[in-house]
Amino acid sequence: MTGAESREETSGGATAAACPPAIITDGLTRRFGLVTAVDHLNLSVAPGSISGLVGPNGAGKSTTLKMLTTLLPPSEGSARVAGFDVARRPREVRRRIGYVPQLLSADGGLTGYENLMVFAMLYDVPRKERKDRIWQALRMMGLEEAGAALVKTYSGGMIRRLEIAQAVLHRPAILFMDEPTVGLDPVARRAVWEHVRELRARFGATILLTTHYMEEADDLCDVVAIMHQGKVVAAGSPASLKAQAGEGATLDDAFVHFTGNLMETGGAYRDAARTRRTARRLG
Amino acid sequence: MTRHARAGQPGALADPALPGGTLGPGPAPAGRANLAVSAGRVVRAFVRQVFAITWAETRKLRRDPMELLTRAVQPILWLGIFGAVMSRARAIPTGQASYLDFLVPGILAQSVLFVAIFYGISLIWERDLGVLHKYLASPAYRGALVTGKAVSAGVRAIAQGIIVCLLALAMGAHLKLSPGALAGMLLFIVLGAAIFSTFSLVIACLVKTRERFMGIGQVLTMPLFFASNAIYPLSLMPHWLQVLSRGNPLTYQVDALRALMIQGGQSTMGLGVDFAVEAAVLAGLIGIGSRLYPTAIN
Repeated sequence: MTGAESREETSGGATAAACPPAIITDGLTRRFGLVTAVDHLNLSVAPGSISGLVGPNGAGKSTTLKMLTTLLPPSEGSARVAGFDVARRPREVRRRIGYVPQLLSADGGLTGYENLMVFAMLYDVPRKERKDRIWQALRMMGLEEAGAALVKTYSGGMIRRLEIAQAVLHRPAILFMDEPTVGLDPVARRAVWEHVRELRARFGATILLTTHYMEEADDLCDVVAIMHQGKVVAAGSPASLKAQAGEGATLDDAFVHFTGNLMETGGAYRDAARTRRTARRLG
Repeated sequence: MTRHARAGQPGALADPALPGGTLGPGPAPAGRANLAVSAGRVVRAFVRQVFAITWAETRKLRRDPMELLTRAVQPILWLGIFGAVMSRARAIPTGQASYLDFLVPGILAQSVLFVAIFYGISLIWERDLGVLHKYLASPAYRGALVTGKAVSAGVRAIAQGIIVCLLALAMGAHLKLSPGALAGMLLFIVLGAAIFSTFSLVIACLVKTRERFMGIGQVLTMPLFFASNAIYPLSLMPHWLQVLSRGNPLTYQVDALRALMIQGGQSTMGLGVDFAVEAAVLAGLIGIGSRLYPTAIN
C-alpha cells in the first residue's frame, strides 16, 4: 500500500504496471455532518499483499473499510475494489470481497457449520460444493472438530477464526478485516495471525486489515498506512516506517513520530465493554 | 498527502512470487456476468437467499422452544379471562357463533401482531453486533434479506397459531379442522406476521435505538389492536373507527381467519379482498424495507 505521492512514483515501475492494484482510492472522503471522518484518501493496495490501516480509534479506519466494502457511500471521491467502482457497481464488488467485521458477530445459536452454510447460500456457492467448501474452510482455520458444536460454546479466538472461514467461503479476491484480534488474548491473537498468513500463502488473497495494535501491524503486515484524523500521514513497510522514526524505534514510536500524538488510551475501555457485550450475548 | 512516504519501499508492491489473484477459480470477467444474468437466475438466487435466512432462524427456534411457550401466556389470559367474562355478559353481538368462537381468530391475530411488532429489535441487535454489516457486504439482494426476515417471522407465528388453536379447542371453541381450512389459516398467519414484522423492521431502520424502538412499539400495538375487528365486529364501531379499521391490515387478517377457522364463520370483506390487501401491504412494506435496510448500519 502506498500513499498518494508515492503512488505515482511506484506505478512507474514495471511490476506495478503488470499488476493493477487490488484496491485504489481517489480522493475518497466521508463526512458525517460537520465531521470529516475520511479526508481525501488516496490509497493503492497491491494484489497479494497484507496491508494494514493503523491508527487510534476515530482515525477513520473503520469508515474507510465501510466505504471499500460498499456499506457506506462516499461523500466525495471514488474507490475501485477488485476492478469495480464501489459506488457504481457494488454487487460486483461484493461478489469479490470477504468481510470480517469488528465485533464477534457469528451466531451463537447456530453451529459453526450452520453459520458457514448461511453464508454459502447467500454467496451463491453452488449447492454441490457447499459441504466440501465449508469443511475445507473449517479445516483451514483449525475448527474441524468444533464444526458441529454451537458457536456459543466457542472461545473468542475460535469465533474469530470461524468468521474468517465464513469470509473466505466464496473465495474472495480481497479480504477485509476490521480489527481482527481486538479483545483476544495473546495466544488466540497469534493463532489468528498464523491463519491469516496461511490464507495469503496458499491462495495469494489480498488482505486489508485495520488495527490499533502496533504489534499486530508490525508482525502481520507487509505494508502499513498510518491514519490520523481521516488522512494517511505515512505509508510503507513497518521496517521503513520504524527507520524513519529513528534508530531502534518501534512502530509505536513511528506512530508518535508521524502524528505527533501518543496512541490513544481510550481503547482499553472500549475493548473491555465490547468483550463484555460479546460474553453476554453468547451466554 | 504522505510527505513521509517513499517510492519503491519494500512491500509497497506485491511480492512477484505470490499469485496476485483470487482464492480459487477467478470470478467471471467484469461486466459480462451481470449482463448474462437471466431473470430466472435472479429469481432462483433471490429464493435461495430468502431460504438461507429462514433456515437459520428456524434452526435456532428448534433449539429454543421456550420462546414459543412464553408466547402462549397472553392468549391464555385473553381467551380464558376476557373471553369468559364477555361471553357471560353477551354484550357483543356475534350472530350465531358464540363469543368464544368469534374471539379465537381475533386473539390469534393479536398475539401474532404483538410478537411481530417487536421483531425489528433484532435488526438493532444485529447492527450493534456487526451481523448486519456481514449481510450487507454480501452480494445477497437487499429485498431477499428483508423477505427472509419476514418469512422467518411467519414461521415463528405458525407455532404460535398451533398453540392458540390447541388452547381454543381445549376451551370448547368450534374450529374447522379441514386441511383446506388449516392451509388457509396458515397462509394468513404467515402473511400477518410478515406484514407486522416488516413494518417493525422499517421502524427499526428509522429510529435506530432500542429505547426509541420499544417506545414506538408500545405506542403502536394498542391502536392497531383496538382499531380492528379482533375483539368486536366492525358493525359495532362508530363510523370513524370503522374507517380506521378498514385501513388496518390486522382487520383483513382477522376477517379471513374468522372465515377459515370457525365453523359457520363468514368473511365480511371476502377472502379474495383479504388476501389482495394483505399481499399488497406486504409487498409495499418489503419494498420500503429493502430501501431502508442498508441505511440501518449508520
